[in-house]
Amino acid sequence: MFKRSDQDSRPSVRIVVDGAALAAREGDTVSAALLASGRDVRRATAVSGAPRLPYCMMGVCFDCLVTIDGVGNRQGCLVPVAEGMQIEIQKGKREIGR
Amino acid sequence: MSKDYDVAVVGGGLLGSAIAWGLGRLGKRVVVLDEGDVAKRASRANFALVWVQSKGLGMPAYTGWTMRASETWGRLAAELKDQTGLDVALQQNGGFHLTLGENEFAQRAQLVTRMHNQVGAADYRMEMLSASEVKKMLPLIGPEVSGGSFCPWDGHVNSLRTFRAFHTGLKLFGIEYFPERPVSAISRSGGEFRLSTAQGEIRAGKVVLSAGNANQSLAPMVGLSAPMGPTRGQIVVTERTMPFLPHPLTTIRQTDEGTVMIGDSKEDQLDDRTLNHAVSAVMADRAQRTFPHLARLNVIRTWSGIRVMPQDGFPIYDQSESAPGAFVTCCHSGVTLASNHAFEIARMVAAGALEPELVGAFSARRFDTNHAATGSGYY
Amino acid sequence: MNTTARHDSYDVVVIGAGPAGLAAATTAAEAGLSTLLLDENAGPGGQVWRAIASTPVRDRNHLGADYWAGSELVEEARSSGAEIIQRATVWSLDRNLEIGVSVGGASFFVKARRVILATGALERPFPIPGWTLPGVMTAGAAQTMLKSSGLVPSGPTVIAGQGPLLWLLAAQILRLGGRIDRILDTTERRNYLAALPHAFAFMTSRYFAKGLALMKQVRAKVPVVTGISELAAAGDGQLATVTYVSGGRRETVPAELLLLHQGVVPNVNLAMATGIEHRWDDLQLCWSPVLDRDGNTSVEGIAIAGDGAGIGGADAAIVRGRIAARAAVEALAPAAAARLAPMASFKASLVKAERGRIFLDTLFRPAPQFRIPSGDTIVCRCEEVSARDILDAVAIGATGPNQLKAYRRTGMGPCQGRLCGLTVTELMAQARGKSPQEIGYYRLRAPVKPITLAELAAVPKTEADVNAVVRG
Repeated sequence: MFKRSDQDSRPSVRIVVDGAALAAREGDTVSAALLASGRDVRRATAVSGAPRLPYCMMGVCFDCLVTIDGVGNRQGCLVPVAEGMQIEIQKGKREIGR
Repeated sequence: MSKDYDVAVVGGGLLGSAIAWGLGRLGKRVVVLDEGDVAKRASRANFALVWVQSKGLGMPAYTGWTMRASETWGRLAAELKDQTGLDVALQQNGGFHLTLGENEFAQRAQLVTRMHNQVGAADYRMEMLSASEVKKMLPLIGPEVSGGSFCPWDGHVNSLRTFRAFHTGLKLFGIEYFPERPVSAISRSGGEFRLSTAQGEIRAGKVVLSAGNANQSLAPMVGLSAPMGPTRGQIVVTERTMPFLPHPLTTIRQTDEGTVMIGDSKEDQLDDRTLNHAVSAVMADRAQRTFPHLARLNVIRTWSGIRVMPQDGFPIYDQSESAPGAFVTCCHSGVTLASNHAFEIARMVAAGALEPELVGAFSARRFDTNHAATGSGYY
Repeated sequence: MNTTARHDSYDVVVIGAGPAGLAAATTAAEAGLSTLLLDENAGPGGQVWRAIASTPVRDRNHLGADYWAGSELVEEARSSGAEIIQRATVWSLDRNLEIGVSVGGASFFVKARRVILATGALERPFPIPGWTLPGVMTAGAAQTMLKSSGLVPSGPTVIAGQGPLLWLLAAQILRLGGRIDRILDTTERRNYLAALPHAFAFMTSRYFAKGLALMKQVRAKVPVVTGISELAAAGDGQLATVTYVSGGRRETVPAELLLLHQGVVPNVNLAMATGIEHRWDDLQLCWSPVLDRDGNTSVEGIAIAGDGAGIGGADAAIVRGRIAARAAVEALAPAAAARLAPMASFKASLVKAERGRIFLDTLFRPAPQFRIPSGDTIVCRCEEVSARDILDAVAIGATGPNQLKAYRRTGMGPCQGRLCGLTVTELMAQARGKSPQEIGYYRLRAPVKPITLAELAAVPKTEADVNAVVRG
């Protein structure tokens, strides 16, 4: 869906998405890194379970909700990636204790 | 006879629409007059409990009235489902009031004893449970929970969907609902009531005032009184989460949609456009001490609403002597009592007289004698 | 990174570090006022200069001169003496000018003598069939990814809508080697005629030549279909095709990405939750705050600058930021105000910056069918409520957005109406034969952005607050 510009010389940051390593770049938001990965990163809504991907990328639509380091319903488009960050694609309602 | 309707109901909230729906069910020609989009509406600010425990301290009749509502709510939910297809998510498997620390536990235990000792009140099996007993039923409680009271009759419902079901039902019954039409005056002549609105006059054989705290100014127009003592309440709501709470609590409940509602405050401030974050903070703090895992959930909405509250906390159902056919109805617990309003009050209005054996205790004449102590119309 | 404010109170607190906020904070701080600038993003710049301090796009021609113009303002703000906190989400502002701020999962409150809201704009909802499908995004979203991460579309991509940003984005994608298969221009043909009387003013604005050049660049490389009168996205759990009608002809094209844009509208949530009066703007088709000449709102001590005050673009936003800040300086430190450029010169710059705006507003006024959906099309993305659901609620008595919540939960999800509010107002207005002003908007309340329950619980409380809650 998206590819990286060849001008992009930012250092790589390693994150983990549903258990699999992913090379993001320093300064990427979680949502940008997920969309750039080419993997299926669709979440499922808490209402009907419908699949969604980020819509606005500026913090207003809440379609980028994702579990980051064990905390559910984070706005992935507002959180920069960090080395070793654990990402889980959220399916449905937020789980208890996450 | 030139009257347009058998009954005009003033107020389209949960109370007015329950009565109107009940009248429609009996085949009456009804009109509901309501305010518009921005109004003080308890029907969209409530906590949605169908609640019995601790109701009626100081007025045994209220305990019986509440029990009756609890017993017939299932029938109401079923009839609404049949008629409109809407499931109002009624759940009546018992509810808790949980306490934090020993003082609160002792206080609650005292209240339970006073309720048991009250002569003439129905026994609704409210009992104190220790923290470990509570934990068996609510495994996620935190270490600060000292126990609480449990009543098997308690429950909750989706109150917004109930509101929608009533309004859907009104339409199906052919009842006219006129929003944005507040009533400015009511007079009675030639055996009918004339209700003045900015869009013209409405005529009806009977009139039921169900306008919440506004009943205070409407009731005198038909020779009735409704002394009100409103308070403000705030509620905090979280995002949807997986089901974790099998029973509703007095101040925490999980909706069928998955959100967690956290109540509630009782404030004298009556501006429902503002919020007191510190009061919300107390509620939030108590909620996270009750269920520690809630601490991480996101709060997505908060609101404040004005409680419809008769001065002594108990309902007012009254009929006018000087203007026969005029009724006033107001109460705090419009959700809990919805089934009574739809079945009993509607039947009495249709018949033209309130039944003293059921609702005689709720006449506003009790305020004349001036011994009405503030009781627990609330929980 | 700063995670909390150095002081409990400030002369001026500016919310939002886009063009208006940067200019306002700089002006206020340079005049000697204690100034705090709060911004939700990782770096300053707002949407228009997003990631200006960190973008991986090195070739300055790719993002263009207007983008890089932002670095100067960022530098000025950084050296102005204003305290700047990034990743700070303002979740509450009240009439006492008390501001609730969340940074890194913890909240603090600051008090201001003056508040300047520079919360900018967001993209107008574009509720077409299928707009919730994965693969459908706003043009602004694509631009954000392009600026901050150098990401461009690589698969079959359609851009649909209208307005200057759409063409700018298309040009930027192409410059960076991205893929665009087709552009579907939804500008109504009759708008060209309506805009004509305002064309002269626009031709003398600096946007004119630039806009024409951009469109030419893009048209040379991408097929553009104009006069789009219907638009729909479809796919099974993922965008697969885009269907459109132009000149009576229906066509379906495969697509993996659909980027939508029909202009921007003020981001009103914080201002409305504060109780600031807004009115419906019939030309821009959105809610705009009621402001005096200096940007002061109906709430004493709060001004709004930038696109949040009504859409005017980046140049106008900078000037409006300076005007609002100068007015704050005049009120709080009159002696310092005398050393600033005179208000008249700011006002003259504003006239210049706003030249041609009416032309753009008229030409790019979105068509009704793209603002007011019907049938199964989702209106409220959070609660998944369709246009038909809303019309059903109107039929049984819903009069406006607030009653509609009770009937259908619209606007009750985490976005708090940002993606459905305008649609709901216009849809209900149409259904009820009323004006949007008569229908009104959601009554919004803090927190305007989610905060955790623990964060709320940590707000300082008194015994009276405790007593208002605890009962035996």
